[in-house]
Amino acid sequence: MLEMTTTRHNPLIDPQLAVWSWEIPVYLFFGGIVAGMMVLAGVAMLRIARGDDSRSFFSAQTPLLGFILMNLGMLALLLDLTHRLYVWRIYTTFQWTSPMSWGSWVLIVVYGVLLVSALIRLPDAWPWIGRRVPLLKTLSDTIVARPPWIAALGWTNLVLGIGLGIYTGILLNTMVARPLWNSAILGPLFLFSGLSAGAAVMHLASAALHGRPAPQGMVGGAFSAMLQPMGAQPPDRKTVDSLIRFDQLFLVIELVLIALLILNLQTSSASHAAAVALIMTGPHALPFWAGVVGVGVLLPLAWQALELTHRVAHTVVPALLVLAGGFTLRWVMVNAGQLSQIVPVASLGQ
Amino acid sequence: MPRFGMVIDTRKCVGCMDCVVACQTENDVPRGYCRDWITTELRGSFPDLALEIRSERCNHCDNPPCVNCCPTGASHVEAFGRTVQVTAGKCIGCKACISACPYGARFVHPQGYVDKCSFCAHRVKDGIDPACVSVCPTHCMSFGDLDDPKSVVNELLRTRKNHTLLPEAGTRPRVFYLS
Repeated sequence: MLEMTTTRHNPLIDPQLAVWSWEIPVYLFFGGIVAGMMVLAGVAMLRIARGDDSRSFFSAQTPLLGFILMNLGMLALLLDLTHRLYVWRIYTTFQWTSPMSWGSWVLIVVYGVLLVSALIRLPDAWPWIGRRVPLLKTLSDTIVARPPWIAALGWTNLVLGIGLGIYTGILLNTMVARPLWNSAILGPLFLFSGLSAGAAVMHLASAALHGRPAPQGMVGGAFSAMLQPMGAQPPDRKTVDSLIRFDQLFLVIELVLIALLILNLQTSSASHAAAVALIMTGPHALPFWAGVVGVGVLLPLAWQALELTHRVAHTVVPALLVLAGGFTLRWVMVNAGQLSQIVPVASLGQ
Repeated sequence: MPRFGMVIDTRKCVGCMDCVVACQTENDVPRGYCRDWITTELRGSFPDLALEIRSERCNHCDNPPCVNCCPTGASHVEAFGRTVQVTAGKCIGCKACISACPYGARFVHPQGYVDKCSFCAHRVKDGIDPACVSVCPTHCMSFGDLDDPKSVVNELLRTRKNHTLLPEAGTRPRVFYLS
């Protein structure tokens, strides 16, 4: 028998850790989406640099949308901070043992790369700005005319995207006190979840103005530059199908990584087994199995398979399901992770 | 340079919470919060029962996960005494240190920064014991330099059976409990 009582009563710490609410899952979610979009954009840029038709890869035009989504994620992160007037302190130092410090500096580079990448298409996708700011047009033409530059930008997007995606998992992974997070599989899991969510966002963007020419004006053009990655013309069916095939691959890998994560923790120490029970059978089992595995992976996997074989019409539903699952994954991992704790050796077997 | 640690005799501690109140008074801990607290652990089956009453706080670990994850260096190891301290003016309130601490020793101060036991650094640098140690009516707490073989804390650790909290976390805590 073991009975423990404590007089400690600190808010958000007792009776159980709850320092991170909705803000951190939202931040990790948007960070993952942007990471996924950067990887896909990077691959597209490499192929364009090789001479393939740029209109076949609407991911090449996503950086502007990525920039906006990154800002939403950063806003959530800022809202989470309790001493936020001091946020600039993060950029007066570099703490090499802290994943958050690494991530903060990487995000600065990510912002820069997203903006430069957006330049490739911006004057064409948003003619209004192209006419008003000729410098943008000049910069865009300079980059577009030099395939090695596009290739370099492609590699940068690819590497940074993978880094950002893994970072969103490693951020949690390094905390020794939370056994549910003590698996490095969290890094690739969040990366592939981000890739499928990034593909889903691009799918939604391509459907936003489906079949209609994009507006050319100041406001309409700005929106279409973000939402309709192909610019004036919507993407063709083949392009959309290839994106769905990519998404299928990401979802299958995500499913395998979820299985590996469970296996990893279940076969580890008592603390880790107790931690994984929180999502397998415990208080977070329903959102995990129904939300993450069911709605987020299995259902869109089956639905998209039917779409690809032309048994059902193409809709945005699977993309919405993938996004819902991606957010739920982060929500479950952040919340269940905070509940998990080290099981004292002394209390075992008594 | 000293490396401060604390030794608490659980055979003397009666859980009176004088240490808790002394800390709150000395460090102006906001109402509803605590930097130290009392844990009572009951083990075994009747009639073979073992009771341990512990005054707990930040363990000022030799391998502090809170310091390792801090993105700004607000959580740091102080050169004097090797204690773990928080610089409020550098803390952004990201709460990573709170998640990383296996002991639940940290909390968000109502003013936004993260707060915790400082081993009463302001007293110790003047050669005075931390407030909790000073007020203990059973004299169950000792404070001193773990690197000094002749210190009281080392004498106790040499002669008495002792343990730390969650040594399996690999944090190498510097608050020891005599049992």
